[in-house]
This record gives sequence, C-alpha cells and structure tokens, in this order.
Amino acid sequence: MIRFDHVGKTYPGGTTAVEDFSLTIDSHASVVLVGTSGSGKTTLMRMVNRMVDPTSGRVLIDDEDVAGVDPVKLRRSIGYVMQASGLLPHRTVAENVATVPLLEGVSRRRSRSRALALLEMVGLDHRLGDRYPSQLSGGQQQRVGVARALASDPNILLMDEPFGAVDPIVRAELQKELLRLQSELGKTILFVTHDIDEAFLIGEQVVILRPGGEIAQQGTPAEILADPADDFVESFVGSGVGKRALHVDEVSGQQVVLDAGDRPVGVLREGSRS
Amino acid sequence: MSQLLEAFSWLADPTRWSGTDGIPTRLLEHLWYTALGVVVAAVIAVPIGLLVGHTGRGRGLVVALSGAARALPTLGLITLFGLWLGIGLKAPILAFVVLAIPSLLAGAYSAVESVDPRTVDAARAQGMTEWQILSRVEVPLGLPLLISGFRLAIVQVVATVMLASYIGNGGLGRFIFLGLQLQDYPQMLAGSILVVALALVLDVALRVLERLLAPRGAARG
Ligand SMILES: Nc1ncnc2c1ncn2[C@@H]1O[C@H](COP(=O)(O)OP(=O)(O)OP(=O)(O)O)[C@@H](O)[C@H]1O
Ligand SMILES: [Mg+2]
Repeated sequence: MIRFDHVGKTYPGGTTAVEDFSLTIDSHASVVLVGTSGSGKTTLMRMVNRMVDPTSGRVLIDDEDVAGVDPVKLRRSIGYVMQASGLLPHRTVAENVATVPLLEGVSRRRSRSRALALLEMVGLDHRLGDRYPSQLSGGQQQRVGVARALASDPNILLMDEPFGAVDPIVRAELQKELLRLQSELGKTILFVTHDIDEAFLIGEQVVILRPGGEIAQQGTPAEILADPADDFVESFVGSGVGKRALHVDEVSGQQVVLDAGDRPVGVLREGSRS
Repeated sequence: MSQLLEAFSWLADPTRWSGTDGIPTRLLEHLWYTALGVVVAAVIAVPIGLLVGHTGRGRGLVVALSGAARALPTLGLITLFGLWLGIGLKAPILAFVVLAIPSLLAGAYSAVESVDPRTVDAARAQGMTEWQILSRVEVPLGLPLLISGFRLAIVQVVATVMLASYIGNGGLGRFIFLGLQLQDYPQMLAGSILVVALALVLDVALRVLERLLAPRGAARG
C-alpha cells in the first residue's frame, strides 16, 4: 500500500509543483495519475522512490515513512519505468535488465538468465539481449525498460508515461502486454500519463489532476465517465460535447457510430460478442 | 637546408644510438620525466575533476585556477622552483605537474559533464549509489574525453620536458642545450627533431587509444 499524506513540493527555484495531495493506493491495485503537462504527476511519482523529497507531508509504503528509508535500498526495491527508457547506452540490453540484480550481488550468470527470461516475458526475443540499446526501436527499448523494472521482482511498479514516445499501434500493443503482465503478476502499479484513453484502459482507479497536483476527480473509469465532477473533468475526458458522445447513423445498410463531430468511429454490431 | 641534412646525418650516426649519453638513454629519460609529471598531476587532478563534474560544485573555482596555471611560463616556473629546490629533478617535475594539471582537470570534469543527465538520473533511480554512478556510468561513458585530457597533458609535457636539461638533468633536451653551448647546430636540430617526433607519435597513439576505449553501444560522433 502506498499512501500520500498531504504531500507538497516546492522546488528550489520557487515552483510549487504540488500543493497538498493525499491519496491511498491499495496493494495490487493499478492507479493512474492523469493530467495536463506540468500538473505535478512526475513529481508525485518520484516521491515514492525518493527521487524527489516532498517539502511537506509524507509518503508511506506499508505504513512506513519513506523519508526514513535509505534511498538506494528503496529504489532497488521499486520498479521504475521512465518516459524515455533511460537505459544505459554502454551496456547490453541483458546487462541493463540485470542492473539491480547485479548491484545486489547476484552472480553474472544467474542475472543474465533471469534477464533473458524477462525479455521473453515482455515479448522480446532473448537474442536481443546482446544488443546495445541504440540498436533497438523505441518500442523495444520501452519493453526493455519494463523488463528492467521487473528484474528484482518488486512489489511496486512506477511507470511514468512509459509508452508516450511510441506510435499508436505499438502503444496499443504495449498497453495490452502490460494488462496481461499485470493479470499475472498483480503488482501495485502507479502509472502516469496525459492520455485519458490510456488512463481508462490501464487504471482500476483513475486520478485526474489539475495543475499543482490538485485532484479534480478520482474514481473508476466508469464512474468518471458517467458522472464527471465538473467542466474541467468533462473537457478532459471528452464527454458531453466531446468525442465520447456518440450517435448511430445508417450508411449502406450498416449501423455506423459517429462522434459529436460526425466523424465515424466504428460500426455497430448487435450481439457479436457475448 | 644543409644544416637539416647534417642533423639527419648526426641522427644516422650509429655511435649516437648506444651508451649512457646515447639517444635511447636520453629518450627513456625523457619519457620517464614525462610519466612522472603526468602521473603526479593525474593523481591530483583526476579525482578533483571527476568530483567537480559529478557534483557540479566548485566548477568556477577550478576553471579559474586552471586558467591561471595555463598562463604560467614553464621556464620561469622551473627557474623559480630550481632556486627553491635546487638543481635536480624535483624542480622541473613540479613545473611539469603544474603544466599538466589544467588539461587533466578539464578532461576529467568535461568527461563527466558530457554524460546525458537523463542517463545519470536513470542510473540513480535504479538504485546506484553516487560512487557507482561515477564509476560505472559517468567514467565509462566519458572515457574518451578523459583520455583526451591525458593526451593533451602528455603532449604538452613531452614538448616541455627538454627544459629539465636546462638545470642539469637528462632527457632529449640534453642534445639541445649541449648543441647550444657548443654551437653545434646540427646536434641542436637533431634534438629538436627527436622531441617533435616523440610528441607526434604519442599524440597519434593516444588518439588511437581514445577510439579503442570509446564505450561500445554509445553513438560515436
Ligand atoms: N527539478 C525541478 N526543478 C524545478 N522545477 C521543477 C523540477 N521538476 C519539475 N519542476 C516543475 O514542477 C512542475 C511539475 O512538474 P512535473 O514534472 O511533476 O509535471 P508532469 O505532470 O509530470 O508534467 P509532464 O506531463 O510534462 O511530464 C512543473 O512546473 C515543472 O516545471
Ligand atoms: Mg512528467
């Protein structure tokens, strides 16, 4: 369980990224923070592994204040997938995946076989293990980032816009893989994105942030869609006048679903799935 | 032109290539003085440079001191240190250390600074200690710049080590100062040629080493 207890962060330059934020994330839950750029998502996420220390309030993991935990130990116990993969360019893919096990003194051979198994687990050919990160595509690098985060079998997984830099098709694939992995592994996931569709797909709970880390609304995707708290949330999730208000029209004998701007988004099939 | 030819025939004389004051002995002395100066300078400058690069602190001070040290005339330093420490090796070596430090310092801190801050951030976020970040990420990735600092220092010192002979030491400078005394210009010229050739050879060898030690996987410029 991760608990943010009235945390705030004002950076040395004077920017207040987060004013006063509280949230509890249950174990094995996946929670997505979503908000516009600069709303404090990364700042909040990095408080969990002490890459950022809050200037007020506390972050607790299983009721222990992280401020009292050695940051190096804490970071090794938490998986962290970064926006731009953050792989070490001078180490092979397998060595990158095995970073934490190697730091923890696991033998080279065992770390390597674990790394190769993890590569397969995230849907990569284990033969990619001997390449360097620069020899992989962006999507492959992100998968390696996920494999690396899983290497020490952490309970907590932090994912900061992990699929932000890949094209929509690869992105959808990676999202699907993540859902599959999560159904197998049951980690506590804190996920950050500014893509509301991704938030609704990944998150059991979604937290919509205003600038300053202020919670605009929090709930399951269905709850938020059904009952947006205010205009900000409504415009953010695109309900009301937005793309989520759909209507049906008949075109060449097919029931075509159109959005508010009359753009076709799909075809209606009755009872095709049960 | 004829003096150049005479210099080469001086060099070609086989008797010059043996004995305690032959070219090989002087060459080894020259290399030995260079190594002494650069190693002592490195022991001082590299740790400080790496620390400045890693922490980002004290950079202004280091740059200012390096600039000041660069402006010091080495011959003047040798004379000054010679007056203080007497005839012998100590004074010139001390001057070479002063000469080598700025390049080594700059090489060390720019090596660390050249590493993408996002890579360093990622290493820290994975749970590397500051020492591990320095030794396993910043130094390996910055190695070519670190070595180029060594290359500059070595080439500078090699070209200057002949001044050691000015206060009674060996080295290739012996030929130059002896030639000067005896007005034996071919010998002077031959000594200079040897120094220049040595500097060039070392420069090329170290450039090759820079290439070989560039981290694999990192994009090369
Ligand atoms: N190290 C820092 N020093 C100073 N200000 C910072 C620092 N990191 C972030 N900020 C500021 O804090 C605010 C919140 O930044 P943060 O990175 O948490 O936003 P974000 O929600 O993750 O944005 P994005 O979606 O663009 O990644 C921004 O105004 C940013 O400029
Ligand atoms: Mg961010």
